[in-house]
Amino acid sequence: MAAPLIRMQGIQKAFGPVKVLEGVDFELRAGEVHALMGENGAGKSTLMKILTGIYAPDGGRIDVDGEATAIASPADAEKHGIAIIHQDLNLIPSLSIADNLFLGREEHRFGLLRRRAMAERARAWLARVGMDRLDPDTSVERLSVGRQQMVEIARALGQNARVLIMDEPTAALTESETDTLFRLIRELRAQGTGIVYVSHRMEEIFALCDRISVLRDGQFVGTRDVPGLGFDEVVKMMVGRTLDARFPARTPHVGPVRLSVEHVGGGMVHDVSFDLHAGEVLGVAGLLGAGRTELARLLFGLDRLESGRVTLDGRPVTPKTPSEAIHAGFGFVTEDRKGQGLVLDLSLRENVSLPRVPARAGLVDRPAEKKQTRGLIDALKIRTRDMELDVRALSGGNQQKVVLAKWLALKPRVLILDEPTRGVDVGGKAEIYHIINQLAEQGVAILMISSELPEVLAMSDRILVMHEGRATALLDARGATQETVMTAATGGK
Amino acid sequence: MTQVNWSRLAPLLQRLGSVIGLVLLFIVLSVMSPDFLTTGNLLSVLRQVSINALIAFGMTFVILAGGIDLSVGAILALTGAITAGLMAAGHGLALSMGAGLGLGLVLGMVNGALVSWGKVAPFIATLGTMTLLRGLTLVYTQGTPIPVTDAGFALLGGGYLAHLLPLPVIWMFVVFAACAFLLRGTVFGRHVMAIGGNEEAARLSGVRLAPMKLAIYGLSGLLSAVAGVVLTSRLYSAQSTAGSGYELDAIAAVVLGGTSLSGGRGWLFGTLIGALLIGFLNNGLNLLDVSSFYQQVVKGVVILIAVLLDRRQ
Repeated sequence: MAAPLIRMQGIQKAFGPVKVLEGVDFELRAGEVHALMGENGAGKSTLMKILTGIYAPDGGRIDVDGEATAIASPADAEKHGIAIIHQDLNLIPSLSIADNLFLGREEHRFGLLRRRAMAERARAWLARVGMDRLDPDTSVERLSVGRQQMVEIARALGQNARVLIMDEPTAALTESETDTLFRLIRELRAQGTGIVYVSHRMEEIFALCDRISVLRDGQFVGTRDVPGLGFDEVVKMMVGRTLDARFPARTPHVGPVRLSVEHVGGGMVHDVSFDLHAGEVLGVAGLLGAGRTELARLLFGLDRLESGRVTLDGRPVTPKTPSEAIHAGFGFVTEDRKGQGLVLDLSLRENVSLPRVPARAGLVDRPAEKKQTRGLIDALKIRTRDMELDVRALSGGNQQKVVLAKWLALKPRVLILDEPTRGVDVGGKAEIYHIINQLAEQGVAILMISSELPEVLAMSDRILVMHEGRATALLDARGATQETVMTAATGGK
Repeated sequence: MTQVNWSRLAPLLQRLGSVIGLVLLFIVLSVMSPDFLTTGNLLSVLRQVSINALIAFGMTFVILAGGIDLSVGAILALTGAITAGLMAAGHGLALSMGAGLGLGLVLGMVNGALVSWGKVAPFIATLGTMTLLRGLTLVYTQGTPIPVTDAGFALLGGGYLAHLLPLPVIWMFVVFAACAFLLRGTVFGRHVMAIGGNEEAARLSGVRLAPMKLAIYGLSGLLSAVAGVVLTSRLYSAQSTAGSGYELDAIAAVVLGGTSLSGGRGWLFGTLIGALLIGFLNNGLNLLDVSSFYQQVVKGVVILIAVLLDRRQ
């Protein structure tokens, strides 16, 4: 049998006194899709950064094609045919596709660009990822996220990559873009490319991958073949215990109508109506770009409401700014945790109290603030040594809990959650579900936008499905299936 | 063995860099020049520093909130001229000073309005008002200095406490204490840090950006006017060209003090240290008879070194 493309053995890495990787093994064969799994902070990205030459390992060896190899820089990795497709894409939006494909390795003669030759080769590269209809002169910002990702993959293949590392590649893709990507991945596998697939989405991994390797707290747990492997076993490998339930149960106590939305429109949202009851979780499903986040932004006063009316506990509300929405009783956990949810350079305490700083006559009441923060840290089981540390230092799951804590401090009457578990690991997800259930039991009305169908189906009482800015269905979650939701989400009846 | 917690110590050391720099400068100058470590010299440096420090305190808030204010020197000149002009026209001390300080506040708020409602980049907005206000000052003064006649007013910048401590130094420390408390102890200060750290997150948390920016730039304008009044008093006259280039000294003080130009990270004490560093450096180079041409070169190099040392990865 031929030597594997990559074999990493006993990889060690520490940052100061913190050991991030302790003797990790990882093997990638030609022509396989190999999932790398583990909770946030397990060491997946550090391992991949070592493989791509961004970090130097403290110990262990790396073989490429069966020969011991030092990968000292990203240029080294590229030389060995190792390429990474980043979660947030590494393209320059204002430049054209061809410019991006050749960035840093432009073809030229005496410093003059050979535009035509590059456009020619760009077409060939795009054809390899099935994007031959794209014009290489199109600027990248005009492409959808899915196509931008294809351009990134084309760039990697153009550099003769044999090892492709994909970090949460489907996080921002629509259903059909995901299908296209999976088709391409299978094609590349058939051609002998080795693919490392990093993702939290179990369904995808079981559908796509040949083998799974799991890391936990910097330790190598094991590698398994996917055929014959159970979902529960993977979770157990990742968290070191069996979870009680993936989605904790809740007895619904649905109260009177709290939020009534009638024929609301604005921007890309048209004529959406629904009632949200106290103590209810209303899931909002739909494809990317269906207008779900836009609906939330209208309710929260971020975008202008052009038509329709909204009543909260019988009173009409039309917030024009987030500040007014908060006063009316809304809370909004945005999908973009780092861009919109947190101030990374402020401490946990300062972030939690940002919507309303405990104060008397404008002076911060520090003891009250600390007490409130301590209470929320305990209630949400936020794992941190110190509430004074910058939230930058927390893991994704804990950061998401800080965003939740921020709103819980305000005791909102309506809480809007936009992708509340995106980028959060399995253990963290279960805890966030638990918090959502508790809030509902306390009578908070919850509007939960999510792209993960199992999550929507299991957590909601009812499901609002959107398609192209309109509400296409309002389903009872008990009778709904993935199929009925998807049918409505794609505009079918 | 005691465990040293480096992750918490490192930022502290980085913050204290400017303090260490100041101490080193102090030691070097004491050794090299016998005239340096005298009460008279030190107090005179403090008095010179006070004007820049007053402006830089306001600038710290603007920069922490992710902005910049180039109009501070121009506001200083115009408010000083208006104060002196009103007094020369026979108006009382209180009214003249009130008008000068009030004008500073309003001009600062105009900057804030341009930035928030007008959505103009702070650099451009304040570059515009700077040029405009410089012009207005020339129009108002017709290019000639306005002398100060009121002896009481002259005390403000020229007087001493207990025949020893120059009053401007007192004003500097009083304003420092007030601003430091404003930044650390009030909701306003918290929101300044939040806006500079992540404006979108602050807005979504219900922080109202427009009133905040009016207040932040207003504070900067007000403190520039305070500096303008004190400077006019100390010089016994208002000059149309007063405060030229002060905006850059103020920005340098803020940055030397370790406040990030991209906002959200920094402290007011650092700005005080930064202003002192610039002041003592000027003084030392004078005492050592370095030509004024080279003085600029040295100042530039010091600023670059400080920023490079402070740079985070």
